[in-house]
Amino acid sequence: MPNKTFFWFFLPTGLAMILFIGLPIISTGIQSFYAQHDQVVKEVKKCDPFGCTVSIVVDQEKTSKIREEKPLGKFNGFGTYFDRNHLAIEEIGKFWNETNSFGEFVDQVTNLPFYKALIFTLTYCLFVTPNVLLLGFIIALSLNAVTRRIRGPLIFGTILPMIVTPLVGSLVLFWMIDAEGIIGANLQMLMDDPYLSLKSSKTLTWITIIIYGIWHHSPFAFVVFYAALQTVPQEPVEAAIIDGASRWQRVRHIVLPHIYPVVTFVALISLMDNFRVFEPIIGFSAEGSAQSLSWLIYDNLVNEEVILFGSAAATSMMTIVGIAILLAPVLIRTWKEFRTAR
Amino acid sequence: MRETNMKKILISLLFLLFGTSAYADCNIKSGSINILANDFPALRTFVETAKGCKGSADFKVTHSSEHNKIAVPALTANPSEFSARIAANSSIVPLMNQDLIRPLDDLVKKYGKGIQDSQLITIDGKIMAVAFMANTQHLYYREDVLKELGIAVPKTYEEVVAASEKIRASGKMQYPYAAAYKAGWNLAEEFVNMYIGHGGEFFKAGTAQPSINNAKGVATLNMLKKLAGLSNPDYLTHDSEAIKVEWESGNVALMTLWASRSGTLLDDDGDAKITAATKLTGPATVAGGNIPAATLWWDGFTLAKNRSDADAEATFRALAHAAANKKMVADAADQAVWLIEGFKPGPKSIGVIEAVKMKAKPYPMLPQMGLMHGALGSEIVEFLQGKETAEQALKDVEAAYMSKAKEQGFL
Repeated sequence: MPNKTFFWFFLPTGLAMILFIGLPIISTGIQSFYAQHDQVVKEVKKCDPFGCTVSIVVDQEKTSKIREEKPLGKFNGFGTYFDRNHLAIEEIGKFWNETNSFGEFVDQVTNLPFYKALIFTLTYCLFVTPNVLLLGFIIALSLNAVTRRIRGPLIFGTILPMIVTPLVGSLVLFWMIDAEGIIGANLQMLMDDPYLSLKSSKTLTWITIIIYGIWHHSPFAFVVFYAALQTVPQEPVEAAIIDGASRWQRVRHIVLPHIYPVVTFVALISLMDNFRVFEPIIGFSAEGSAQSLSWLIYDNLVNEEVILFGSAAATSMMTIVGIAILLAPVLIRTWKEFRTAR
Repeated sequence: MRETNMKKILISLLFLLFGTSAYADCNIKSGSINILANDFPALRTFVETAKGCKGSADFKVTHSSEHNKIAVPALTANPSEFSARIAANSSIVPLMNQDLIRPLDDLVKKYGKGIQDSQLITIDGKIMAVAFMANTQHLYYREDVLKELGIAVPKTYEEVVAASEKIRASGKMQYPYAAAYKAGWNLAEEFVNMYIGHGGEFFKAGTAQPSINNAKGVATLNMLKKLAGLSNPDYLTHDSEAIKVEWESGNVALMTLWASRSGTLLDDDGDAKITAATKLTGPATVAGGNIPAATLWWDGFTLAKNRSDADAEATFRALAHAAANKKMVADAADQAVWLIEGFKPGPKSIGVIEAVKMKAKPYPMLPQMGLMHGALGSEIVEFLQGKETAEQALKDVEAAYMSKAKEQGFL
């Protein structure tokens, strides 16, 4: 396509992207550098049906004046980014000096909310992405080998996890692993431990969420791989069979190299999706044991009675940076291949 | 069961029909009324009663358990989406902090006939809300189980622990105790109750500096952990609804739950034997304290500031009609502990009335309390899981709170 045609073709999408994705990100970025003004409080008498007390309220007259002058709030620079609930620069320095062993230091750092969430998010990405790729590929290969007649229903069954709304999917599993649910109760019997609870143990909760993630995301990888498998040329495969190549050798040396670009694509999308893991945490009510970066943002925006815009914005920006860092190796590689291909 | 439901529907329909005709004399000629409220039976009754007097005004209502998440953004808009918000001790605070609700003095003077002085929430001499019901968390017990094992009705949490251990030892129930310990708001609320029962203060007097990392805080956490050990191992995922289900399936003999839930526990649905043996008592005290380890809550209405005076007037008149309605209070006597004149407390109100008698403290109405509540909800989890010492957990709570309070300009 000539560049000019491409430009006009892309223009509407580009404009929409700037309007609905670009500008909000910029606005979020600006927001993350501001904090609320210093609250002016005063002591007043408060009475309710249970009696009167003297306590404090926000002085609206004075506050509204300050707010009018600077509606965005107080400029805070990287203050929010570096505070204890985010990167915690100061705390980490303190831990480094105060702790005696490296293990203790790691313990202290992973006790901070941002790092706790980061570790869960990365663990989730690290386990779910490769397994999704592998499982998706295996399913695609197997389905590709089945007779055409039963392939349709099988494909439908396979992509079912993707069709089910994430929240519903996780809720179903959540009830199954309940101490009185079918999986939970049977596990207790198998392990002979009436106090075994998949939901209260941190490790088991993580494993549950990761398994759920693999279950939910595999169909996507499968669909893309299955489509790619249809484009594998038959001649080299047949030639390989004549040469006596085993099934594994054919997959390894003909099929995989052919669909390699698609694998990269699925890996990219999966990584991006998994880094933003959120629904299963809500669905499994796993807030206590597993927090992700997206959950932190949600927490700042809705779980408090006071909305922490600055905190949420800072975590959002760091999530974007996180995704960029994760994707960088793959993107650089794709770019290099693109260059050599030209 | 279907039959009883049909009956219920019929009765409420009749009630609505007659209710409307009997109260259509509020004479509201214009304005538009739009109410945001939490979703439980008593509030539905209250709003329905207000609707009965809407006259020719436009009337809309949103009942949602997610009301807290909508309230501030919806009332910040100008004009505000809602003309009134049914709030409670804690949820009025963000509205006050952002200056989103209007003083009601003039309206109370003009249209507030029948509203008792004790219903008025005044802050700095201005009426900011009109309360109509009270709520608290208190003990529920299974009379049959306690009797069989010869256990007296517990009055303190130490007795609750002893009783639960006895029930467990008897082999009757594995997890005899339940409370809403779901990580987040619910768990933090349990901490607040228990800490107040220990006589703790959340902040250094007159400041927003936290002060929970002390012996009382540690004792609070240890008690919560003891109780958690007697609960279903999934306790960190259990909210009020989940423990209600546990109770109704007969797995629990002692429970701390909201008074406003007693209605659904004692209704005709479910196992009749369990319902008959379900008894209510006041909230428990802890560590030899006099005041109960519980907080008192009120529910009341507030009016949005960013809405025209005409709408505010119409809304106030409709809601004030309900907030001084003796008939509603008599008809719905077992739905809530009404603060309205003419309320005769029934057996379902025992918990709240006992709490008031025992001089329970109201939930602290402080501008920075929401931040503390949020920090508690996530930072004490690891202690309950046995991954952290109590001191470390409390230190974490204070640190998490301080970062948030700094961002919000309180420190």
